[in-house]
Amino acid sequence: MSDPVPTPVAPAAPERRVSGVPIRLEHVTKRYPGQDRPAVDDVSLEIAAGETVMFVGPSGCGKTTLLKMINRLIEPTSGRIFLGDEDVTNQDPDRLRRRIGYVIQAGGLFPHMTVATNVGMVPRMLGWEKPRIAERIDELLDLVGLDPDVYRDRYPRELSGGQQQRVGVARALAADPPVLLMDEPFGAVDPITRHRLQDELIAIQGEIGKTIVFVTHDFDEALKLGDRIVVFDVGARIVQYDTPEAILADPAEEYVAKFVGAGATLKQLTLTRVNSLELRPATTATVGEAAAAAVARARAAGDELIVVLDRRGRPISWPTVAEVSRMTTIPATVDEKLPVVGLGSTLSDALDTMLAASQGGAVVLGRRDRLAGVVTVEMIMDVVQRTRQEAAG
Amino acid sequence: MSATQIRRDAAEEVPDEAALGPGASRAGRPSRRSGEWRALVIQPVLVVLGVLAFVLWRATATLSETEARQLGAAALWDSTLRHLSLTAVAAAIVLLIAIPLGVALTRPALRRFTPVVIGLANVGQAAPAIGLFVLLAMWLGFGFWTTVVALVVYSALPVLRNTMVGIQGVDPRLVEAGRGMGMSGLAVLLRVELPLAAPVILAGVRTALVLLVGTATLATFIAGGGLGVLINTGITLSLDSLLISGAVLVALLALAVDWLGRVVEYVARPKGL
Ligand SMILES: Nc1ncnc2c1ncn2[C@@H]1O[C@H](COP(=O)(O)OP(=O)(O)OP(=O)(O)O)[C@@H](O)[C@H]1O
Ligand SMILES: [Mg+2]
Repeated sequence: MSDPVPTPVAPAAPERRVSGVPIRLEHVTKRYPGQDRPAVDDVSLEIAAGETVMFVGPSGCGKTTLLKMINRLIEPTSGRIFLGDEDVTNQDPDRLRRRIGYVIQAGGLFPHMTVATNVGMVPRMLGWEKPRIAERIDELLDLVGLDPDVYRDRYPRELSGGQQQRVGVARALAADPPVLLMDEPFGAVDPITRHRLQDELIAIQGEIGKTIVFVTHDFDEALKLGDRIVVFDVGARIVQYDTPEAILADPAEEYVAKFVGAGATLKQLTLTRVNSLELRPATTATVGEAAAAAVARARAAGDELIVVLDRRGRPISWPTVAEVSRMTTIPATVDEKLPVVGLGSTLSDALDTMLAASQGGAVVLGRRDRLAGVVTVEMIMDVVQRTRQEAAG
Repeated sequence: MSATQIRRDAAEEVPDEAALGPGASRAGRPSRRSGEWRALVIQPVLVVLGVLAFVLWRATATLSETEARQLGAAALWDSTLRHLSLTAVAAAIVLLIAIPLGVALTRPALRRFTPVVIGLANVGQAAPAIGLFVLLAMWLGFGFWTTVVALVVYSALPVLRNTMVGIQGVDPRLVEAGRGMGMSGLAVLLRVELPLAAPVILAGVRTALVLLVGTATLATFIAGGGLGVLINTGITLSLDSLLISGAVLVALLALAVDWLGRVVEYVARPKGL
């Protein structure tokens, strides 16, 4: 076959920091012994440096096989794979893999090693000096949002599923590899945690700019995380390779349209992020201040709810004005169910969060968990309305 | 399983971030293991009590001259040491053979030989021990080393099987994670598979040790010595005191060895499991 190598249609946003390298697959085929059809059949694909490319497609279509051929956990039957200018098919696989981060479902942490030992595995294999490894471990735990002093010496058993997954990501990034391969990494955590982890991955990727190849079953996840999406059919046939927007707007085949599913306008919610909305400023009150003053401020601003901040400026609860007016001082109670979303969250996540908390809005966190404003159901409905109208004419 | 129990199990698997202060759950570990500790303390106490009871009986019982000679301190000490050295030498050889063999049989290239080897080991253990001893003695002659060979054949299976079961029980995704981050096959074996399989392997070693202590009593029939001599003499001369003394001492020795095995298992178990 001599199809042209599918290349990205539009260039990626230029201003981002990029530390990744491009990946190029040339006529890659994998035939498992004893099977009449190849699992991966003559696939050619080019992934630009620093992009996050999502692999989606039905179960058994060869996504994992294709991914594992990039780090040669599976040897291709034929074809060539390039990282940058290097042909990976004739390199020592162990050395190659130390330069490719690999994240699997549930993190794949070694249960008999502490978080620090797990994260430091690859740097140790690369012969880094001890102080440098220790420093790197702390830096990475910080990056994935875990306090090194608290978590460094824990065993994986002593972490929640989401925390384990974060450590898995930290471990994959340990030696600063240019490429990160992720095979359904967030498949085993609950939806709320999954949204968090996705938001964090977006934030981390914004800082580091690796080339990420990410396999997922969840089309919404693909829309949310991907700079581009590859939709596969059986034999890893590439049906469409494009940006999320383009795939939603113009599915290449009936098959993709079915995969995208009904309600493409609603899916636009997955493409719009909270930071693109004009957030409403909220009336705030700080723990310990007089309730009456806060109530007066809220009435003046016409707000029905008051965001309570702790002494470090992080939102902890969101009572109504009526509730606050029955108090004398603002209490330090932390509302476990407080609906919070990040600036990088999608509108779809925000809506989910509100539904889960049975609230008509959610508190938006900005840098370092400071309050950035609030988002309401009405604001999201507006967006839906506008997309509908745009689609109609 | 009751509903609360299920919830508690679930909570254990996914500890709440807020509920766990730094090191909080590690502080909880000793309490979970304290039951095991108690068992580890009780067992040697029982052994010591047993030995004391035997010494007391020996000091007060009225014995014939033959009995007194057979149950003299020097004679007993010699047979016990002999018994232990048979056990220890056989155990060392079993470890040197069965663990590497078990590891080898879990490697993809050799996996197809597994049924054959396990079958052979099964035959070794299923054959009547006394028959095995006598057959080997007819072939290799009588004495210490023949006994050792017979003991090795007889007790290799638990170690071999547990090594394989333990390694096969390691989550294949962990092996893949190890290879995926660039560990060599050997590094994955040494740093991931063997440590995670250690509890199962050590349990097999303990089983083999107890088996060895018991089976070594048969050494007397092929001139291998040991505490079996007491039992055998007791039977042929109809001296119950010798028979029972031998049996009790072997039982105490087995208990002591079992305890030692448990201590090793306890100490060597990887943290974090
Ligand atoms: N080790 C193997 N030996 C033989 N066949 C295999 C092997 N691994 C995968 N296959 C087959 O190759 C095909 C592709 O498998 P692959 O795991 O790549 O699918 P996938 O797209 O990742 O599926 P899923 O979404 O379910 O994870 C499947 O038909 C599968 O049965
Ligand atoms: Mg897969």
